Formats: sequence, structure tokens, C-alpha cells
Amino acid sequence: MEVTAHEIDVQSLRKRFPILNQEVNGKPLIYFDNAASSQTVDTVVRSLIEFYEKDHANIHRGIHTLAERSTKKFEETRESVHLFINSPEADEIIFTKGTTESINLVAHSWGSINLKEGDEIILSQIEHHSNIVPWQLIAQKTGAKIKVIPINDRGELLIEAYEKLLSPQTKLVAFNYISNSLGTINPAKEIVALANEFDAVTLIDAAQASPHTKIDVQDLNCDFLAFSSHKMYGPTGVGILYGRRAMLEAIPPYQGGGEMIKDVSFDSTSYNDIPYKFEAGTPNIGEVIAFKSAIDFINELGHSVIESQENELLQYAMNKLSAIEGFIPIGTARSKAAVISFLVEGIHTYDLGQFLDAKGIAVRTGHHCTQPLMEHLGIDGTVRASFSVYNTKEEIDSFTNALRSIISKLR
Amino acid sequence: MNQIKDRQEEIIEEFSMLDGNMEMILNYIIELGEELSGFPDQERVDENIVKGCQSKVWLVASYANGRIQYKADSNAAITRGLVSLLVRVLNQSSPQDVIDAEVYFPKQIEMDRFIGTQRSNGFASMIKQMKMYAVVFLAKQKS
Ligand SMILES: Cc1ncc(COP(=O)(O)O)c(C=O)c1O
Repeated sequence: MEVTAHEIDVQSLRKRFPILNQEVNGKPLIYFDNAASSQTVDTVVRSLIEFYEKDHANIHRGIHTLAERSTKKFEETRESVHLFINSPEADEIIFTKGTTESINLVAHSWGSINLKEGDEIILSQIEHHSNIVPWQLIAQKTGAKIKVIPINDRGELLIEAYEKLLSPQTKLVAFNYISNSLGTINPAKEIVALANEFDAVTLIDAAQASPHTKIDVQDLNCDFLAFSSHKMYGPTGVGILYGRRAMLEAIPPYQGGGEMIKDVSFDSTSYNDIPYKFEAGTPNIGEVIAFKSAIDFINELGHSVIESQENELLQYAMNKLSAIEGFIPIGTARSKAAVISFLVEGIHTYDLGQFLDAKGIAVRTGHHCTQPLMEHLGIDGTVRASFSVYNTKEEIDSFTNALRSIISKLR
Repeated sequence: MNQIKDRQEEIIEEFSMLDGNMEMILNYIIELGEELSGFPDQERVDENIVKGCQSKVWLVASYANGRIQYKADSNAAITRGLVSLLVRVLNQSSPQDVIDAEVYFPKQIEMDRFIGTQRSNGFASMIKQMKMYAVVFLAKQKS
């Protein structure tokens, strides 16, 4: 049975993230930059240490005990991810170094054989550069064009406008499930369903969604889905690409090297089966293995607990912040994750960020790798506070008090 | 030349009294910025923006009696303060002195600790731009 949000004991949860218990600039650290990277849970750190102290060996190649042990654990994470996103098969899970690499893989491998002049790729106005630039690169090479789903004033995608963009020329639709800059939760299933009417391939950037929302690739019915471990309490350097078997089998490898081959001669090389075909070279073995502990952590807490806890923080913070004179929220989607992007009238975002840091509060300032969005909004950037399950209302109180005092000083 | 060095020593001394306390340092920096005297509104144009800064920095310079007079401003308070430090160090110096000047105070006061690497790069662009003005004035003076 899952516990409900108010039943989880945040203080004991915080003990599993020792990094939170420190002072920054002489003040207790308040970490509100979770959308950039969440902190690492203790079991992940222990797993990393255990790997390097006990199991370290290269995988899939040796028959000695350590190699066997590492390989087994590495593949256990694949199994875990497969269950986590409900993919039909574990072989459809490819390890990369992050969401960025996952998307580049698809853009390159799928795009190079499926796009030609006159074809169209649909993205949205609120994409991360990671889900824009790889498509631009392949569009430049193939002559395909990029179309952009517009947004309303709340930062929500205009689905009617999206429907008008769709046509037989549409070859691919790539969009984020949750926006990192605005927190908008997009109607992913609907977007995919509409794309499917035109047989367009779909890729979901789930970098922000995977730590917050239950993901079911079969229910979403997407062709590809990408996310990163470091935003899910896991280690850096691990990304996931889910791809439908038929898709993955039909496209060429991304990189060449060890692991991804069956037979190599100087005349020709035959490739290994999926997923290995896409995993050239030695991967981040220890980090992949440790990532399993992050998934276990999320599963143990349960997505519904995480969601309701974060929602509560979001509502609480919005109430507090809205009372501050000159507070301008950027992005007010009706369906929103625990991300608050904002401006304060008359004060530069960098000043706010720097003064908050001086008070031990970590937020992000700038364009958040979404320059086309910022340009559309006519701003340089925002201050972004993003909450995680280990954040507290007390921290939000300290944050709003700090903000008030900074504002009174800078005005 | 010594003047430029003396002013930097002054700044280093002032900052050392702040004891590395980040909030005090930032407060001090914005106070300095507030003293930056009236930047002419008509100069607040794109051509005068220093490239490579994260916030907007406007810089102009004039030249009279063998001395350079810099004026600068920024739309961010901390940046304005930092810019005011540079103006204070290099103002009313000869072009040659500005060109030869080694600006070492940022390192001494560990500036990148409280402004981050990104802004430190912007700061370097600012110094470069100030030296560019000096090069131009020197060339004009010689011709
Ligand atoms: C929505 C979104 N997409 C993609 C990325 C890129 O992820 P990574 O840097 O882990 O490759 C991020 C991370 O900031 C993100 O928030």
C-alpha cells in the first residue's frame, strides 16, 4: 500500500541525501535547482562505491567472475528501466550518457535514412535546446523543415494549431512531456495520437517527466522516449533511450566500436542485435548499475506520493510568492510540475540569483537552454525555483523571506 | 601607472575588510554601483553594449588633456558595481597606462567566487573593451 503525501516523513527522507545537510555561504543550503539536477540518494552512492570497491570489470566481454557480476548487474538496471516505463521488452532500452545523447542518436540514425527535402519535423515552442539542435543538424543535412507548435499566454501548447501543422509531410513529432523552463505538463498521449494519424514518428523528451510522473510507453504509444538518470536521484552520465523494436532494428547504428558488432572485417561489419547495436564502447558501467537504486527509490516512494508532495510545495510556494509585490510568474499552465519560473519587476534575474546564493539558496537564472522560448516571451531569462520531494515548506518560507529582503535592498 | 596600482591596492584592502562574507560583499558591490554617476541616456544604445556580458553593460569613453574618462552602466545592480570598480581603477589615466595596466585586483579579491565563471568572462570582455578605447585614443593622439 502506498502512503499518502502527508504521511511521508520528509525529515527522515532528507537524511538519505547527506548533501542537503550543509552550509553554503554560512547559511543552511536550500536546494531549489532540482530541474537541472536532483540530488543523489544514499543507496545510489553506496552502489557506486560498492561497484568500484568490489565489482569493477568491463562487461559483456569477460568470462571471469567480476566481469560476470558487473554484466549481470548492468543488465539488471536495463530490466528495471524496462519495468519502470512499461516497455514491451528490455531490449528496447538503450543506455546513453543522457537525454541529449538519446535525442541525437535518434535524430542521426533515424533522421539520416528517413528524412528528405520537403519533409517536416514538428517541435514545440517550449523545447530544450537538446530537442531542437539535433533536429536542426539533421534538417540541414537532409533538407527537411522544422515547424513549431505555438503556445498560449500560460505557456500551454496550442493543440488546434498543432493539428493544423500536421500533414502527410510530417515525418516526426518531438516534444517534451514536461517543460523545464515553465513546468507545463503537455498532453503527451494526445499529441502522439494526433501524430499517429499521419503516421509520423514520435519522440518524447521525458527528462523532466521521469522523476515526477508515471511513464508508460505503451499507453503513450510513442516510438521513442528519452530521459536522464541525474534528474531522478541517480548518478550523472546515464541516459535512457527507449525505442520500439521495429524502429531500432530499422535504423543504422549511431557510433561504431566495440560491443556493437557481430563480426568485423575490413570489408564489412555486421552489427549486433539491439540494444547492443547502439551501445558502442565501454559504457558508464558503475553509474548504470547504481541507477537501479534510484529507480528502486522512486518505486518505493511511489509516483503518486512524489507528485502530491511536489504539488503541495508548488501550491504553497505560488501562494507565498504571489503576495510579493512585483512578482511575475512566467508560465502558468493549468497542468504544471513543481517548477516556478519568475521575474521581479525592476530587478535583474542575475542579481536575484546571486543574492539568493549568498543566502545559501540555489536557484537557476538565465534562459534554461530554451532560448527560442525566451525570445518568444520577449525576455532574456527567468529565475527558476524547482522543487523535489525532499524540499519543505520551511525552505519555501526562508526562500520567500530572502526574496523579500533582497527586493527591498535592490529597489 | 602607479595610480592604477594604488587604486587596485585600495580595492583589495576594502574587500579584505568584508571578511569573505558573501552577502556583505554583494551589498558593498551594489553600493559602489549606486555611486556610478549619471550615464548619459542617449548613450544607452546597442552600439555601446560590451559583448560577452550576461547582463547588459554599456561603456563609453572620452579623451581630454591626455586622460581617458570612462562612463559605464549596467541593467544589473551587481554588474554595475563591478563595472564601477574598473572605471575607478582605469579612469583619468593616459592611454598608454591603460594599455599597459595589469588588472589583478579581481583575482586578489577572488571575484569569480562571488560572480561565477560566466560573469568573470564578461568582466574580461569589459577590460578588453576599455583597453580598445585606449588603443584608439593613442592612435588618434599620434596622428
Ligand atoms: C526538458 C529537458 N530536455 C533535455 C535535457 C537535457 O538533459 P541532459 O543534459 O541530461 O542530456 C534537459 C536537462 O536540462 C531537460 O530539462
